[in-house]
Amino acid sequence: MTSTQTAARPGALTPETVTDDDVAVVGFCQSPSVRRSYSTTNGTEMLVPIFQQIYKDLGITRRDIGFWCSGSSDYMSGRAFSFISSVDAIGAVPPIDESHVEMDGAWAMYEAYVKLKTGETDTALAYGFGKSSAGNLRRTLALQTDPYVVAPLWPDSLALAGMQARLGLDAGLWDEAAMAEVAARSRRDAVGNPAAQFAGFRAPDGTVTDDVTAEQLLAQPMLADPLRRHDIAPVTDGAAAIVLASGRRAFALCDNPAWITGFEHIIDSAELGGRDLTTAPSAAEAGERATGGDVAGITMAELHAPFTHQELILRSALGLDGAADAVAINPSGGPLTGNPMFAAGLQRIGNAARAVIDGGADRALGHATSGPLLQQNLVCVLDGRR
Amino acid sequence: MPTPDLEPLSAPIELQFDYTRSVGPVIGRFLGALARRRIVGVRGSDGRVHVPPVEFDPDTADPLDEFVEVGHAGQVVTWSWVADPVDGNPLSEPFAFALIRLDGADTAMVHAVKVDGPARMSTGMRVRAVWAETTTAAIGDIVHFVPEDDADAAAGTDPEPLAGAALTAFLDQDPLQILVTPFEMTVQHSASVEESSYLRAIAEGRVVGQRCPETGKVYVPPRGASPTHGVPTDEEVEVSDTGTVTTFCIVNVPFIGQKIKPPYVGAYILLDGADIPLLHLVLGCDPSEVRMGMRVRAVWKPREEWVPSTGNIEHFAPTGEPDAPYESYAEHL
Repeated sequence: MTSTQTAARPGALTPETVTDDDVAVVGFCQSPSVRRSYSTTNGTEMLVPIFQQIYKDLGITRRDIGFWCSGSSDYMSGRAFSFISSVDAIGAVPPIDESHVEMDGAWAMYEAYVKLKTGETDTALAYGFGKSSAGNLRRTLALQTDPYVVAPLWPDSLALAGMQARLGLDAGLWDEAAMAEVAARSRRDAVGNPAAQFAGFRAPDGTVTDDVTAEQLLAQPMLADPLRRHDIAPVTDGAAAIVLASGRRAFALCDNPAWITGFEHIIDSAELGGRDLTTAPSAAEAGERATGGDVAGITMAELHAPFTHQELILRSALGLDGAADAVAINPSGGPLTGNPMFAAGLQRIGNAARAVIDGGADRALGHATSGPLLQQNLVCVLDGRR
Repeated sequence: MPTPDLEPLSAPIELQFDYTRSVGPVIGRFLGALARRRIVGVRGSDGRVHVPPVEFDPDTADPLDEFVEVGHAGQVVTWSWVADPVDGNPLSEPFAFALIRLDGADTAMVHAVKVDGPARMSTGMRVRAVWAETTTAAIGDIVHFVPEDDADAAAGTDPEPLAGAALTAFLDQDPLQILVTPFEMTVQHSASVEESSYLRAIAEGRVVGQRCPETGKVYVPPRGASPTHGVPTDEEVEVSDTGTVTTFCIVNVPFIGQKIKPPYVGAYILLDGADIPLLHLVLGCDPSEVRMGMRVRAVWKPREEWVPSTGNIEHFAPTGEPDAPYESYAEHL
């Protein structure tokens, strides 16, 4: 397998030294995460405003984009080729170069990245969208499992995650307090993110406070034993878009592009009962390759963990465990405070890139997952390289 | 997006179909054996027995074909309580999903355990398969598992295990080739704000579109964004129910669900004031008389039958006016 990492050649990048092989995130925009949107399942209504925003931010028009790639799911919308209608939000006249992945938009971004690496274009826009509220999400997600011997039982996503959580609880790898701490930190951090679906703590009497503790959350009842509500990302409608550019074009669009210095995605076996579900070997391997084995400079990481225990698995797999003080994990509030299907992974990379573009981080890591129980994992390392 | 003045129209779509899949020799033998109330796995390159079997080794990708019969009882490796079962689950009352490692297996299978509450579940507990009265060569032939000390379980025993040539002969006897899995789901489909406005107007006998702010072209039905320029459309425009046939086809083929006896005409009709033709029927004349440029007018259903649907227009019929000149619709073909 070839590696795309360029982490081995650090150093300042300037308009004079940059090459077309250097690819950066130059823009990111996301829709507000909401429990139920007025959007159609083709996402057009969520996408139009964020595309308009991202063009405005970058001072470009849609004609400046050389390649488009989207991530979404026909199962969510209940009809075939549903993503075709979302092209309305782009405007397809004159004809455009466009593609789609039936995965999180992060994988659409990977395809766009490869397209830029071929040199066929120097700008690309990747987007992801999902109207999770349209169906019974936890049931629909059962269709990601093996279609012969697992999916016919319709194991819903909460049941599968609950089994994974209990494996770690039984093995003493984590406890309920550690899981609740992930949720409490996420909800506290989400207070600063206007796009988050919710933040803070809602008491039984309906009052909401910005502060929230693990103890408060642990007092709540089980929803899908061993999971409580706070352990589970909320059903969310939403969308996200990222603009990539290569070489000098990136500097033309952005003063401080977030250079992609490592980008890897790997998959584990689909046999749920055949792998150790308390680990994510594909996340570990993708992280190892994308970071070049060096996470030291990373000060901020956005992890796509739709369940509290999955953040614990990912932190360990990516070597970010025990680094809570050195690395800010999900300062946006993360997927536990807004998890639009097929956009949440792209949002993680977008938030990480924004931290680099804004100068808040020199080196950040974005992670996305797709499929059941962290089966597929993608890691993107973003570098200021000034 | 901003909150619309009127909530968009929405309705459930209920999808139902049978997935029909070929299963291959490994899964086919496993499911064929389930139909005869035996459980088999396959030995991996590292010697581990996978149940359910996998076709290829997850580590080496080698094809696997050494079958091993395993027990009907085993150990719960992990579990989760399903307080609110979903359609299609093995049980409709609350139950546990579990990963169960059957005796003789090294991997665990996903299945349901029937107990009356989470307090009866524990990691490591012994459970036994309960078989369907009528088997169909599907994972559901094991309807669920029960704790081994339950009365249901006490009645069950493992059959005399088969191995070697006897197992091969048994598995070759009646493997499943095609698996049919019924599928159904409901999605609440929402029209866009613009489509809802169109549907509400047509329920009042009016046809409205929306204008692209960049090109000035009017889309009917309206869309949330101009499909050519990707910009929001917000200016609503009422158009005529009279128009011009831009192109058409004569339907001669009968099909299931057909409402009109062939031959009949499906046509693109460019309503006066619109820039996108609408697909509808042209009736009221012999199909052979329909032509490009023909002027037609909507024939509406009786007012009391109007609903938010383009079906309020029963069909279009010739107006008898002279044909529109080709140049007037050439751009819209």
